[in-house]
Parts: sequence; structure tokens; C-alpha cells
Amino acid sequence: MTKHITCVTCPMGCGITVELNDSNEIVSITGNTCKRGEVYARNEVTNPQRSLATTVKVNGGIHNVVPCKSAGPLPKNKIFDCMAEINNANAKAPIKIGDVLVENVCGTGVNIVATNHCPAK
Amino acid sequence: MLNYDIVVIGGGPAGMAAALKARECGVESILILERAESLGGILEQCIHTGFGLQYFGEELSGPEYADRFIKQVNEQKIEYKVDTMALQITDDNIVYAVNKTDGLLEIQAKAIILAMGCRERPRGALNIAGTRASGIMSAGTAQKYVNIDGYMPGKKVVILGSGDIGLIMARRMTLEGAKVECVCELMPYSSGLTRNIVQCLDDFNIPLYLSTTVVDIHGKDRVTGVTIASVDENRRPIPGTERYIECDTLLLSVGLIPENELTRAVGIDLDRVTSGAVVDEYRETNHKGVFACGNVLHVHDLVDFVTLESQTAGEGAARYVQGKKKDSDFITTKGVGAVRYIVPQKINLDNEGDVKLFFRVGNTFKNATVKVTCGDEVLISKKRPRLAPGEMENVIIKNSMLKSFAKDSVIEITVEA
Repeated sequence: MTKHITCVTCPMGCGITVELNDSNEIVSITGNTCKRGEVYARNEVTNPQRSLATTVKVNGGIHNVVPCKSAGPLPKNKIFDCMAEINNANAKAPIKIGDVLVENVCGTGVNIVATNHCPAK
Repeated sequence: MLNYDIVVIGGGPAGMAAALKARECGVESILILERAESLGGILEQCIHTGFGLQYFGEELSGPEYADRFIKQVNEQKIEYKVDTMALQITDDNIVYAVNKTDGLLEIQAKAIILAMGCRERPRGALNIAGTRASGIMSAGTAQKYVNIDGYMPGKKVVILGSGDIGLIMARRMTLEGAKVECVCELMPYSSGLTRNIVQCLDDFNIPLYLSTTVVDIHGKDRVTGVTIASVDENRRPIPGTERYIECDTLLLSVGLIPENELTRAVGIDLDRVTSGAVVDEYRETNHKGVFACGNVLHVHDLVDFVTLESQTAGEGAARYVQGKKKDSDFITTKGVGAVRYIVPQKINLDNEGDVKLFFRVGNTFKNATVKVTCGDEVLISKKRPRLAPGEMENVIIKNSMLKSFAKDSVIEITVEA
């Protein structure tokens, strides 16, 4: 089987072709222009992953929410579960870039970290 | 009257990079004026990642990218005023600005760097028929509501325009629980990055309707739906293809316009295609000592390129202040055929380095040849696997080539399929 994938690792958006044999093992990966593309393609046909950027509610800050991201990629099929857990979380101002806002989100082993400062009001 | 060597109008990525570069080139007296409550510009609400891959070699969110520059501005003790609106620049480079603490400011600058960015095309520019119900807004406005203010502007959403902001907001609204019914695109192709179509639409099974537009908006107090229709090759709606889609929100992501009110008012020459100033290789306009960079000059797709361009402008402004930027004869650049524009539009013949020309095409191409010519002479001919309107391209004119040109020569860039 042949799978055509667009790499989303960077804005280049390389078109990658993955050849699979009858037992769904990868035979070849072509079309990527860097190593990260190969890793992405391999994951995409076996265990698709996405990084997540969203916001967390803040108490006592200058804004109601603070932006955050997953410190690493999350399993694609758990993105909405992670969103639910993140939307239930509350952070307390002041917050600095890199502060862990949700630990080990949905048991994935990945932390949700702040991507902006939020000073106290 | 206040006096500064360089006044930078706008404290987003362009203004900060220009100010930092000018400081690095030895200019002490610099003031940044910023309209919003903090430095950072539009990056503050662009919480998705993908910024900085070119410049930092890592994938940052917008606020993280901005923070790297805000830190440096503070470390370098570059002065800035936030909540401050620049009102006017004059023929002799005085900047008028206003804020709540200082009142009216009158600032004499030796050089001015215009870094005001761009704004979104509004509904009024599209002439969409229909009611003026609430729930119609630009994608960037929705982005601010969700990412900064923390509330959702709607539950059932149609997005018109498949530029990157529209695509990013399709995903963002979906993640926060809204149903995005579709993204409509007037053109037969998306102007957004391919990766964004994949990770923002395909991942969530959001349909992208190409050659389709919104022809009517329904609802009295709140939007209740829109009528969409296919368009022909002249972008006119095809009768009989109308379809009603129920929604409570219509987001518009239909292009960005450089904010050049100050530029226009002082009489600086603007390029009809970019809607930004006509500039030389240091991004100096035809008004002496006034430079422009970033999205106010031409709309960029990657902030990394804004940073690089603004460093060029910052260096140019520093050279101007230090008396190192001399007047010389120019050659001009011209995009031909599918090449819609080139920045810079002119190059000083006595420039000492190589000059990078940035350009954008009006169509998509596969395995096309980019040709740079001057008269009958072909200077550069290079194959490109793909060219798209959404992705800025560049070619480098070597200094050795520059030396061979007569004054008033025209460098042309064409694309051959």
C-alpha cells in the first residue's frame, strides 16, 4: 500500500510517500528533504502525533487566560481528551514562560507549559 | 520637543528587530512607540507554534518569539512607550504621538522606521450582501477573543478565506468546542501553507471549498446562516450553485492591508501592488531618513523574514544617522508576468554588499524556472520545484553583478512554466 503524507513539521510542507507491505510494515519513505520528515512520516503511519497549543484559565492575572503548549507531541487521538483536561485546569498569576500548568496531561507523560508571561493584576 | 536619533513606530517583531539592529550598529538614542499595552504586536495573540524555525532553528509560539526580542530590548535599555499612538510624521521628520501620561508628544527624529504592521481586510471591502447581524468578524478579532480574552465568539462557524489566519482559527475554534462547517476560498487554490491545510483542516475533517464564496448573510440580531456559491473563472458567483449553511458566526480571513496612513499622509511613494512604500535595499523610502520594514512594507508569511528585513532597515537607519548612507544612482527592479512584485523596488548602485530581492508570484507553478534579467542579459536562471502565491521567494543579486549595471537599468524577474 502507498500512503501520501504532507509533512507538517515545518512550513516547507514536503510531500512524502510511504510504501507499506502487506503486513503494514514500512518498506520505503521518499520525498522528505530532512531527517525530521522521515520521523514524521514513520509516526504518521504508525502512531500519529501532534503538538497542541491552547490556553489555560488564569486567576488574578492581567488576562483571563494564558497561552500554553504541549512540551512534546501528543497522540493525535488524545488531542480532545487533553483539551478537556486543560480546560478544567486553573493557573494562578503571576505566570512565567515555561511554567508547567498541567502535569502529565491525560497520562501521556507530556507537560503543558506556559508560552507567555501573565503578571498578577 | 523630544529629540531622538531614531524613532521606531510600532513595537512588534519588525520594530523591535529594527531597533535592536540600530543599537548594535552603534546608535544610542532610540525610541519605540507602540499603540498596544505591551511590546510584541500581533504575535501576542498567535499562540500556535511554527514561529522561529528559520531564525532560531526552533519551533516557538508567537508570544515566545516576541519575548526573545522584548528581553533584548529591555537588556539593551532601548526606550519605548506603550499605549502610545503615533498620529503624524512631518516633512522634517518630527513625529507627533499621544498617550495618557505624556499627552501630546512632539519628537524630532533624525531617522524614522515605519513598522506599523498590517490589518485585516474588513467585510466592507468585500461588499458581501446580507444583514448586519452580530457574529461577523475578522479571523484575527476572533483570535484575540479566544486567545487573549478567553471567550468563544460562536459555536457554529463558517470561515471565508483560506489564508493561514483562517486555517489556524478553524483549528482553534474546533479545539475549543465549536463546529467549523467549512472554509470557503474564492480562488481555485488556498493561499495558506500546505501544512496548515493538513493540520488545521484535514485533521478535523473540515471541508475546504475552493472557487466558492459567501453571497449572502442571514439573521436579524445574530447570524443564523450564510449562503455560499461556486464562482466561475472570473470569480463571479454561478447562478444555481447557491447553498444555505446554518451558522452563528462568519469569520473573514480575506487578506491583509499594510497600515500606511502615516506613510501616505507625508507623501511617501507607495507601491500599488504591495500597498507599502517604495524602498531601496536598506528599506529607505523616497522621504529621506524614513525607512519601512515588516508587514507595513509588504505582507510576509513568516515572521522570521520580518525580523531579517527589519534588521536591514535598522542597519540602514543607523548608517543614515551616522552619515554613512550616501546618495547614489539607482537601478530599479520590476516583476514581469506572474511575478506580482519585488521588494526592494530600487537598489543604490554603490551598495557594497549582495542584495536579496524578495518577490511573490500570482499563480501556482510546478518545476518552473525563475529568471532574473537586465536588458538582454540573463543574470540568474534557477529551477524551483514549486512556487505558490502564499510563499515569498527570493533571489540574490551578487555585488559583482551590481557593479556592471549602468544607472537607471531595470532588473526584471520572470517565471517560466
